[in-house]
Amino acid sequence: MSGIVLEGVTKRFGDHLAADTIDLAIPDGGFTVFVGPSGCGKTTLLRLIAGLEDIDSGRLLIDGMDMARTSPAARGLAMVFQSYALYPHMSVRANLGFALKVARRPGAEIAERVEQVAAMLNLAPYLDRRPAALSGGQRQRVAIGRALVREPRAFLFDEPLSNLDAELRAQMRFEIRRLQQQLGITAVYVTHDQAEAMTMADQIVVFRDGRVEQTGAPLDIYRHPANRFVAGFIGSPRMNFLGGAIADDYGCAAIGVRPEHLMLDPAGALAATVQTVEHLGSESLIHLRAQSGEDLIARGTQDPDVRPDDIVRLRFAPNAVHRFDADDRAMPATDARQEVI
Amino acid sequence: MTAVPSIRQRSYLRGPGRLLIAPAILLLVAASIAPLIVTIKFSLTDYRLLFPNSTGFVGLANFAHLLASPDFWPALINTLLLIAVVLVVSIAAGLALALLLDGPVLGRGALRLLVISPFFVMPPVSALLWKNLLMQPVSGLFAWLASLVGLPAFDWFSRAPLLSIALIVAWQWLPFAALILLTSLQSFSHELREAAQLDGAPPLAILRHLVLPHLARPIAIVVMIETIFLIGIFAEILVTTGGGAASTNLAFQVYAQAMLRYDVGAASAAGLIAVVFANILALFLVRAVGRSLEA
Amino acid sequence: MRTRRTNRAIVTLLAWGASLAIAFPLLWALLTSFKTELEAVAFPPRFLSFDWTLANYRNVLADGDYFHALINSVVIAGGSSALVLALAVPAAWSMAFAPTRRTRGILLWMLSTKMLPPVGVFIPIFLFYRDWGLLDSRFGIALLLAAGNLPIAAWMLFSNFREVPGEILEAARMDGASLWQEVVTVLAPLALPGIASTFFLVFTLAWNESFWTLNLATTEATPLTAFIAAFSSPQGLFWARLSAASILSIIPVLLIGWLCQRQLVRGLTFGAVK
Repeated sequence: MSGIVLEGVTKRFGDHLAADTIDLAIPDGGFTVFVGPSGCGKTTLLRLIAGLEDIDSGRLLIDGMDMARTSPAARGLAMVFQSYALYPHMSVRANLGFALKVARRPGAEIAERVEQVAAMLNLAPYLDRRPAALSGGQRQRVAIGRALVREPRAFLFDEPLSNLDAELRAQMRFEIRRLQQQLGITAVYVTHDQAEAMTMADQIVVFRDGRVEQTGAPLDIYRHPANRFVAGFIGSPRMNFLGGAIADDYGCAAIGVRPEHLMLDPAGALAATVQTVEHLGSESLIHLRAQSGEDLIARGTQDPDVRPDDIVRLRFAPNAVHRFDADDRAMPATDARQEVI
Repeated sequence: MTAVPSIRQRSYLRGPGRLLIAPAILLLVAASIAPLIVTIKFSLTDYRLLFPNSTGFVGLANFAHLLASPDFWPALINTLLLIAVVLVVSIAAGLALALLLDGPVLGRGALRLLVISPFFVMPPVSALLWKNLLMQPVSGLFAWLASLVGLPAFDWFSRAPLLSIALIVAWQWLPFAALILLTSLQSFSHELREAAQLDGAPPLAILRHLVLPHLARPIAIVVMIETIFLIGIFAEILVTTGGGAASTNLAFQVYAQAMLRYDVGAASAAGLIAVVFANILALFLVRAVGRSLEA
Repeated sequence: MRTRRTNRAIVTLLAWGASLAIAFPLLWALLTSFKTELEAVAFPPRFLSFDWTLANYRNVLADGDYFHALINSVVIAGGSSALVLALAVPAAWSMAFAPTRRTRGILLWMLSTKMLPPVGVFIPIFLFYRDWGLLDSRFGIALLLAAGNLPIAAWMLFSNFREVPGEILEAARMDGASLWQEVVTVLAPLALPGIASTFFLVFTLAWNESFWTLNLATTEATPLTAFIAAFSSPQGLFWARLSAASILSIIPVLLIGWLCQRQLVRGLTFGAVK
């Protein structure tokens, strides 16, 4: 367990700036999630921490020591790859024990450790199989097991769940989190799925174009996004944005309202046409088009009695309006009550 | 994934990387670049082993002498003819065979074994078997086949030596063309073909508009690769006709000038012409393969 | 239903007909090898009804020249192939896993040396070998064949190495494997099939090579190519014996070709056709 600190870390690939002077502190024992759209640099940063790529400039401190020139294994980190990267020609047992074998640990120690980890991950019945004979979920666990065996300072996960089907993904999400909490090992987890980030993280780091947009606890980021990008990226369905006259009323360039804060109200001031209604059973999503032209989504638990092409009126929940200035930065909530709409 | 380029960018590997590739490069330079330079040098000198005193720089005299000699132009033309005939025959027949084998045949495995065989037969064997067992006008099998249809036996090597050699070489390369095209055909998506059939396209149209364009690239590759090897056809000529004017080619001329006339200067000049010739053709291949590197 | 079956029958018939026609010269040679010389030149030719004999094979196998040539072929082909691998494996590794900006250029340059017709370097090499006593030496010939096959081998191995998923090697690195361990315990087992096919392709090309082997070998280093080429003299026109000698000379490489045909043919296209 250790703290990982990045100071001014920069990485270029040719002309492309993948990481732009990143300053980041990854708390010890916590579960930190790097999230962002494709190409934002989150995977690059993970690989820089792992040591699979060289840092161009900046410092990478693990337990207070600058590891920028240290080889990956010597950093004491373990990685779970997106494609699992299991050794296809070795049995599960050999896969799990490989790192210890490379470190020339005695055979008995290797065997004991492998059994331990296999038991922890329910892999005992598969120890003598080859990866090709395993299901996706089983391979995933072997990949995690391989990392576990090394008793690393920190776990690094590179979108490990993206190759699994939805149900397995939900289940593994829970198991990975539970395992990490049980062992108390620092974890850095990369994903492009904001739902994964929200449900698993102690701390979320939102990336865009090689830069950190915001760092914070999931609910903090959800409730207080620092800018329009984060506001639109976190939360599904996406936050609704409105500009023009309504934004002027709120004294800003654009306002944002989450779907659950957009309510049908015959007395509401915002008019919109219903496009379509999605009934999910547990809730309904109403897709609308505002008179000012923006596409909106409203979310509610009731079965709303509306049909496509109906014209309805909407209001915003109190204190639920986010304001953004012309540079897309979040503006503080006004002191005056926001009962404009 | 994202635009993360090659993961193999470890700077500490660069040192050993250079070391590991050095011996290979060294051998290639020693066996190709270095002697080539010497060939160039020789081509500009009067160097005849039978007249050891007549050495000295003579500029382009060897080339002029060569271009004027009665052997040269036939050799050049024959080189081109050989390449052309072999390409056309091997690829046309190869294509036909590939189309057949791609179809609903029984025993494709065994058929592949039969078809691939000529490719692995050493040139002297091919040439002698064809010249003697098949093409010999008295007892050869072709003579017998001709007699079956009432035709006189054709004296292949007397009447059409170049064509005979071309056929032998085409026979050797046909399997290569057939297999490359077959592989490409089999990778041609079944779904595309079925979609076309559902659209009501007749088989011939499917062939013309879908399959042949798909095969354009592998055919180009086959043409380029065969050409590289066909410039240097040697053994078949040596072993059948000994390189008479009607069946000599550039490669054989170099051999003849050097080993039969001991004229190193002239032989080098001929060799250089062959190299330039090959390079022009090679230019296109490098581009085609270079493009496949990006793919 | 019926059209599909008749379709199949027609195509199968045509395909078999064409394939047998292509393989026919070899089949005919095989047949001839079991005939007496008299039967071999009989006109009209006998197809199956002749006195089968093993005399030709016995004669060839008893011929000292044949065994001498056989051993030379094995030594030259085997030796040059081993040399090719010894040079090409490290080179391909370096190009696949430690690429530089020059790597692509180097690969294409290697390709270009293959386009140099042997005649372009024949004379300097001949004279050099003559002056250094390398003429008619198996080592000298093997060296040249190795240089000729090196580009093909380097390309084949390069594409093979690149097909090994990079993440598996990174996982080995994360597990603490040194470069050597990474290569030996992870890369080699995965790349072994590719290395084997490369060896077989290069062996085949060396076995059949008919320029250097015919021009540089006179008595000591003559491989099977030269042995068979000698049959072109008028004294050597014994068809049955020629057939037997031919069959015996092509069997090893024919077998290799039958076993590895896909990889070999692919390798020869420098990876351009998948």
